[in-house]
Amino acid sequence: MTDKVLSLENLKTTFYTDEGTIPAVNDVSFHINKGEILGVVGESGCGKSVTSLSIMGLVQSPPGKIDGGKILFNGKDLLEKTEKEMREIRGNEISMIFQEPMTSLNPVYTIGNQLIESILLHNKWSKKKAKERAIEVLELVGLPRANELINEYPHQLSGGMRQRVMIAMSMVCNPNLLIADEPTTALDVTIQKQILQLMKKLNKDFGTAILMVTHDLGVVAEVCDRIVVMYSGKIVEEGSVKTIFNSPKHPYTKGLLKSVPDIRKKSERLYSIKGNVPKPGSIKKGCAFAGRCEHAFERCFEETPEHFNLGSGQCVRCFLYEEEEAGVAK
Amino acid sequence: MTETLLKVQNLKKEFPINGGILGKQIASVKAVSDLSFEINKGETLGLVGESGCGKSTTGRTLLRLIEKTDGKVIYKDEDITTLRNKEMRALRKEMQMVFQDPFASLNPRQTVEKILEEPLLIHEKLSRKERLVRVYEMMETVGLNKDYAKRYPHQFSGGQRQRISIARALMTKPKFIVLDEPVSALDVSIQSQILNLLEDLQKEFDLTYLFIAHDLGVIRHISDRIGVMYLGSLVELADGEALYEEPLHPYTQALLSSVPIPDPEVANEEEILIGDIPDPSNPPTGCPFHVRCGSCMEICKKEKPQLVEAKDKRFVACHLYNDDLNK
Ligand SMILES: Nc1ncnc2c1ncn2[C@@H]1O[C@H](COP(=O)(O)OP(=O)(O)OP(=O)(O)O)[C@@H](O)[C@H]1O
Ligand SMILES: Nc1ncnc2c1ncn2[C@@H]1O[C@H](COP(=O)(O)OP(=O)(O)OP(=O)(O)O)[C@@H](O)[C@H]1O
Ligand SMILES: [Mg+2]
Ligand SMILES: [Mg+2]
Repeated sequence: MTDKVLSLENLKTTFYTDEGTIPAVNDVSFHINKGEILGVVGESGCGKSVTSLSIMGLVQSPPGKIDGGKILFNGKDLLEKTEKEMREIRGNEISMIFQEPMTSLNPVYTIGNQLIESILLHNKWSKKKAKERAIEVLELVGLPRANELINEYPHQLSGGMRQRVMIAMSMVCNPNLLIADEPTTALDVTIQKQILQLMKKLNKDFGTAILMVTHDLGVVAEVCDRIVVMYSGKIVEEGSVKTIFNSPKHPYTKGLLKSVPDIRKKSERLYSIKGNVPKPGSIKKGCAFAGRCEHAFERCFEETPEHFNLGSGQCVRCFLYEEEEAGVAK
Repeated sequence: MTETLLKVQNLKKEFPINGGILGKQIASVKAVSDLSFEINKGETLGLVGESGCGKSTTGRTLLRLIEKTDGKVIYKDEDITTLRNKEMRALRKEMQMVFQDPFASLNPRQTVEKILEEPLLIHEKLSRKERLVRVYEMMETVGLNKDYAKRYPHQFSGGQRQRISIARALMTKPKFIVLDEPVSALDVSIQSQILNLLEDLQKEFDLTYLFIAHDLGVIRHISDRIGVMYLGSLVELADGEALYEEPLHPYTQALLSSVPIPDPEVANEEEILIGDIPDPSNPPTGCPFHVRCGSCMEICKKEKPQLVEAKDKRFVACHLYNDDLNK
């Protein structure tokens, strides 16, 4: 039990807007083990960022509201914490990095100022000690000239360097959990590679568990231990990276994997999933993927499939497997 | 026989950087420096490289959406960069562009029908009825339900909007289309739909594409030949398969080995490229890549290598392949 750093149980986060109710995170359960890197993948609007923000207690409210479920961090439910307690936890035990490093760094303060401020927020240290720690974490993330860098402003750095600073900032208090929401999406591939290797190194050296949110299956394969696949606010499949890539079960996961053009060989024609990605809540009944699914049958349009356990840590929300097993049992 | 459709010769594009109290030009960004290549009729030439290397500038300059600083773009034996506006307008029918962000490039206040009708109003003399027939035909061709003709762009998903932009580009029956990151903003499952559509359309209408992207998987899939750009120059140009099987330029090699492979069995721990992409307003001397190159020699710091044919149909701009030097 204590192996789990984080465990979400039936989390529901809903946006109540003028245009309607959006169940952005709709009955989501998963966990991250100590020292593990968990990937959350899915297409735009499926609820990846809202899941991360829910954990951090940063969902904009209104219009957002956590309607149910639990977020257990080291066994304690974060949803029962006060805002003051959450502020203690954020940046200290759990930290987060975002896609666009520029928007999360304050342009009017030096890199050093921002780092020292976040160190002093959680530690009763002298300014000198905080500055030493700031330089230390900048070096930790592989930034050159850390001594000078602390006097520079965000706009003086390249995108890759800014993302390193963000990672440095997230590491100042040795968090148990780092949530990284598309940390490399805005970066070029050669820079992405540097950042991914850095994150893997921090995970290994400090045992920091990482929740890696991305839409890039290549990134997942390269850094994650386990994956959850989200579709329209729900988790449709979960398993170890090896299992999901070698034997995906959900028709959506299968389709997604087949749709990516392979850099290793040229295919004559790409596989494609028909139809469009639905907004959470736009499909009122049945499995949200049914309309695009080649295998959908009547039941898929009527009922919502529950998690079906396939063994060895693989879970799928799809009637195909339930029916298959029922068929065998008969 | 391959027939050349478009020939680019020593194309240069510089953007002024203004500053100081008087707002005078203080420097310039060499977005495209001395680019030469050809595009054959019916082929897809892929243009790949990291952000800011000058891909979009190249595409826009070819179509004269922005004016060159120097060089020639020869289309049908004519340097189109010197054509007057009126002559150019006639050519625009044949040369079209599709942009990355289908939302920004579509007028939010026009219905799909209006958006698609407009190119015909400019370029062809047809009755309204004839125009609408063409509009509905095209909607069907790109996979849009024609019941949607009266809808506005914001009522469509990203993939559908990109279908609208593609349809608009095709309305005047063009021969050449610059596709600037046409699938970069799309989800994986939608991206493959659009790539397939573009391939079908190319066959159906005998189109020639310049396909700009930073995604190396997409570029491999779609291109016949590929040009790799770095800091405003082509560093390598080759048939797609040859380029991926055996990349010659150290930058191409680094680029290819940086791409994360969607297969956990593949250990992708090769050397990584150190450092950042240099500032194009202050490019390094010599080879633009030398500051990040693992094989940098003395000459690379001084002399910019030219794009030369190192092997059969394989062009590379790198002193490593300079025979005179290696003798
Ligand atoms: N502040 C908000 N108000 C209303 N709806 C919201 C808000 N934030 C998110 N949503 C909705 O919640 C759903 C999930 O959004 P989320 O940002 O989690 O998607 P995502 O998976 O992170 O997508 P992307 O890959 O594009 O970042 C979307 O349909 C979105 O429109
Ligand atoms: N209108 C402009 N004024 C000044 N500089 C410009 C202008 N357009 C482009 N640039 C600069 O020219 C260089 C090349 O830009 P370009 O947009 O062609 O790159 P790109 O390869 O298309 O990049 P991306 O992959 O990010 O789209 C960049 O340094 C850019 O900042
Ligand atoms: Mg997101
Ligand atoms: Mg561009």
